[in-house]
Amino acid sequence: MASMATDGVTGWRLAPEDYVGNFADLSPPLTRHEAFVESERCYFCYDAPCVQSCPTGIDIPLFIRQIAKDNAIGAAETILSANIMGGMCARVCPTEQLCEEACVREHAEGKPVRIGSLQRHATDAIMAASAAAGRHPFPRAPETGRSVAVVGAGPAGLSAAHRLALLGHAVTLYDAKPKLGGLNEYGIAAYKTPADFAQAEVDFILGIGNIAVVPGVRLGVGTDLATLRGRHDAVFLGLGLGGVNALAGMEDQRNVVDALSFIEALRQAPDKAAVPVGRRVVVIGGGMTAVDAAVQARRLGAEQVTIAYRRGAADMKASRWEQELAQTNGVVIRHWMTPAGFDSRDGAVTAVRFAHRGADGSAAAEGVAIAADLVLCAIGQSFLAGSLGTGDLALEGGRIRVDAERRTTLPGVWAGGDCVAGGLDLTVSAVEDGKRAAIAIDAHLRATEPVSLLAGAA
Amino acid sequence: MADLRTDFLGIRSPNPFWLASAPPTDRKTNVLRAFKAGWGGVVWKTLGEEGPPVVNVSGPRYGAIHGPDRRLMGFNNIELITDRPLELNLQEIAEVKKLYPDRALVASIMVPCDEDSWKRILPRVEATGCDGVELNFGCPHGMSERGMGSAVGQVPEYIEMVARWCKAFTRLPVIVKLTPNITDIRHPARAAKRGGADAVSLINTINSIVSVDLDRMAPAPHVDGRGTHGGYCGPAVKPIALSMTSEIARDPETRGMPISAIGGITTWRDAAEFIALGAGTVQVCTAAMTYGFKVVDEMVTGLSTFMDAKGYRTIEDFRGLAVPNVTDWQYLNLNYVAKARIDQDLCISCGRCHIACEDTSHQAITATVDGRRRFVVKDDECVGCNLCVEICPVENCITLEHRTVGTDPRTGQPYAQPYANWTQHPNNPASSAGRAAE
Ligand SMILES: Cc1cc2nc3c(=O)[nH]c(=O)nc-3n(C[C@H](O)[C@H](O)[C@H](O)COP(=O)(O)OP(=O)(O)OC[C@H]3O[C@@H](n4cnc5c(N)ncnc54)[C@H](O)[C@@H]3O)c2cc1C
Ligand SMILES: Cc1cc2nc3c(=O)[nH]c(=O)nc-3n(C[C@H](O)[C@H](O)[C@H](O)COP(=O)(O)O)c2cc1C
Ligand code: SF4
Ligand code: SF4
Ligand code: SF4
Repeated sequence: MASMATDGVTGWRLAPEDYVGNFADLSPPLTRHEAFVESERCYFCYDAPCVQSCPTGIDIPLFIRQIAKDNAIGAAETILSANIMGGMCARVCPTEQLCEEACVREHAEGKPVRIGSLQRHATDAIMAASAAAGRHPFPRAPETGRSVAVVGAGPAGLSAAHRLALLGHAVTLYDAKPKLGGLNEYGIAAYKTPADFAQAEVDFILGIGNIAVVPGVRLGVGTDLATLRGRHDAVFLGLGLGGVNALAGMEDQRNVVDALSFIEALRQAPDKAAVPVGRRVVVIGGGMTAVDAAVQARRLGAEQVTIAYRRGAADMKASRWEQELAQTNGVVIRHWMTPAGFDSRDGAVTAVRFAHRGADGSAAAEGVAIAADLVLCAIGQSFLAGSLGTGDLALEGGRIRVDAERRTTLPGVWAGGDCVAGGLDLTVSAVEDGKRAAIAIDAHLRATEPVSLLAGAA
Repeated sequence: MADLRTDFLGIRSPNPFWLASAPPTDRKTNVLRAFKAGWGGVVWKTLGEEGPPVVNVSGPRYGAIHGPDRRLMGFNNIELITDRPLELNLQEIAEVKKLYPDRALVASIMVPCDEDSWKRILPRVEATGCDGVELNFGCPHGMSERGMGSAVGQVPEYIEMVARWCKAFTRLPVIVKLTPNITDIRHPARAAKRGGADAVSLINTINSIVSVDLDRMAPAPHVDGRGTHGGYCGPAVKPIALSMTSEIARDPETRGMPISAIGGITTWRDAAEFIALGAGTVQVCTAAMTYGFKVVDEMVTGLSTFMDAKGYRTIEDFRGLAVPNVTDWQYLNLNYVAKARIDQDLCISCGRCHIACEDTSHQAITATVDGRRRFVVKDDECVGCNLCVEICPVENCITLEHRTVGTDPRTGQPYAQPYANWTQHPNNPASSAGRAAE
């Protein structure tokens, strides 16, 4: 991102200790006592609404009761058997829209059981125990002799790979990037997953064994889907969204950056102080990425950060909780702002112009200019279908079409996570996709002949 | 303002809240602090014989059961009687009584079960100026192995004998403190009465092991790896104490005998309940040991507010009012019909009432109505058992409604029928209706 440098964009805006605090755990772990007190708040509901609202269907009342009865390890096994990324989900799930929103205590008193925090309490315990013992908590089923390719090592791919290995299959896990984890490693806000948790979790998941990792290989470059289908008994695609939408007209300006690359650079920087940020930052968009980029810009020391969104608060994809997080971090959120041009000097934007409408849409648009020395674009991502050698893989709305078992239209190929149509675009839903696909693949493999035999017969 | 003063066997105290004989009353410093905090009286920590005092363990002597947020629900101890010299205790009792003449000060005593021992100690206790004596026939550990405490309290004949000696050797009122570690509390209470005791106090602690240390494989708490049963008290024992109090209050042989109630009293309400069952004063140990002496403020003000609201001017105004309503099962009205009703506005849809009734009772609560999550009582299945009422996490969300109009769809019988109990029921072979049916 060196190219974006303008006079106003620089690192080292804050004292060194400020960076430590700003990028520390956003919501610190519960103490043992807090966990006991909080777990006792759970009513152990029948047919619990929270479970219905968890995309991975974790048995929440059971794991909370296990915590309450001093069995955090058992609680974690309950969690991980439904969601192997229970640790990351505990940190990044928008619980206020999922389990905690459905909790009966949310309805009763506006104070749900802190399911996410309790989930973290249990998963932290098992990951520490597992690391100390050098042993993965789940044993693999006897080997089936079948091999499955998993492409993409984000939440969807890792979940599929783990479940497939658990069921006894040999997994080869490909990823284009040098590090595994997908957006867990390159996208999620730094303060949600500090202390290199993403890599610790990857190691934990791979601890199941029988997963051969092949990093730095991009499907479509040197290898294609047809090759993989010929080599493996089944293929799972967890490719995420490779493309970022650009703001037409602004692409060439030196200080206009897509928010994801900004976050990726921040996540990968060993020293956050070195990450350059503007004094006045404008973030265009209204989703999770916009909020994360804006908040992290503030925490890097930007003085004025404005999120400009073209519609109202209720339309924002960022949850109410995330919007509040932005506001309590000193980010100004402005609604009903449609980008309408910019001022520029020496190939760098100096101000972004917007057409601002009244909330009811009736008032005539008025022109507003916001001065900026860094512009972050967070107006959505897209699936890059081209050059995968996809063959007749049907798409829907630009993403891969799958059925309830996450089966694509191509025989022997399953897909899940952000790259498929109709999902929630969340870590937890990607994990569920991977799990469901793996279970379907397992059933399919047990009912069909190995590809090696078919190849031999051919 | 309600008048909380009590006169128990002529012993006056400004309120009915006494500290039970235990560590809070083991020494002058504590008792002075207690009186300063507003306690109406104390029963001094049990005195033993002249000579070298007993020795307590120097390891843990307490164990506990905790509820949510580590609220102490039940408390266990293996402490013995006072481990300070008799002379020192007697001297301090005399000093405290002088400083606080308006408070009740009763001395608890436990000496061996022979006439001479009691004859020796009683005049010395009397000389302190204290208001009465309480005979500790209750301690279930340590002392009982030496033939004292509950070893005496479990044999009605001994109770009667010792009570008689005491009445002979002192003019002070004699209270017999009963052990609950017995099958029928009425027998020791009757024995105390026969021996001439002026009152009973109950309960002392219950034999218990509060937990087992699964690492050491020993009862917890343990002393150098080994444990023993202790005495259980605190909120968890209140129901047992209430029941035993009611038994003595309504037994024809002991009815009217003054009772100082003990066992799990933690709040004004606990105290009011014991008084309603006939207690003249109440004694507290665990609540003070958990929260300090200041808890008495809540007890005094709470009781006073309650009495004002009900129009009771004195403790005597409501003492024993619940006793006539304690009866035997066989006299309960079998024609009384109540059914659960769920207040849908209060219901938070946790589903617990459904699953409790479905799995373990009468399948009388829906989980869905017209395909939607909704919990409604089925009158044709509900037997009015109260399970759902008790397990619902929302107060007053489920209530039992007395039915008087119409027909019970479960039994086909009209709701309104005259009182009839088991002694009159045709299914009872011993009833006249049952005999007629044969
Ligand atoms: C900034 C940001 C913040 C977010 N915050 C949250 C949050 O707080 N909570 C939440 O629940 N969700 C959040 N999300 C969404 C969440 O991160 C995604 O929904 C989730 O990561 C999707 O998982 P995935 O496995 O489908 O894809 P990804 O995580 O994108 O992983 C895809 C993987 O596939 C690899 N890959 C792609 N193409 C190829 C190829 N051709 N060959 C080989 N490998 C390939 C990539 O390198 C990557 O490792 C956020 C997203 C963003 C962008
Ligand atoms: C640590 C401890 C020591 C006790 N020591 C005595 C004692 O010396 N004499 C006695 O009569 N009762 C003794 N008791 C019993 C209490 O006086 C009381 O009967 C019992 O604790 C029940 O009341 P509670 O539930 O309010 O604690 C002791 C109780 C405890 C907890
Ligand atoms: S809805 Fe809330 S109270 Fe009920 S089981 Fe789930 S977390 Fe517990
Ligand atoms: S009172 Fe008993 S039988 Fe009736 S609904 Fe409640 S639990 Fe079921
Ligand atoms: S237990 Fe109470 S709150 Fe829960 S569903 Fe039943 S009535 Fe509603």
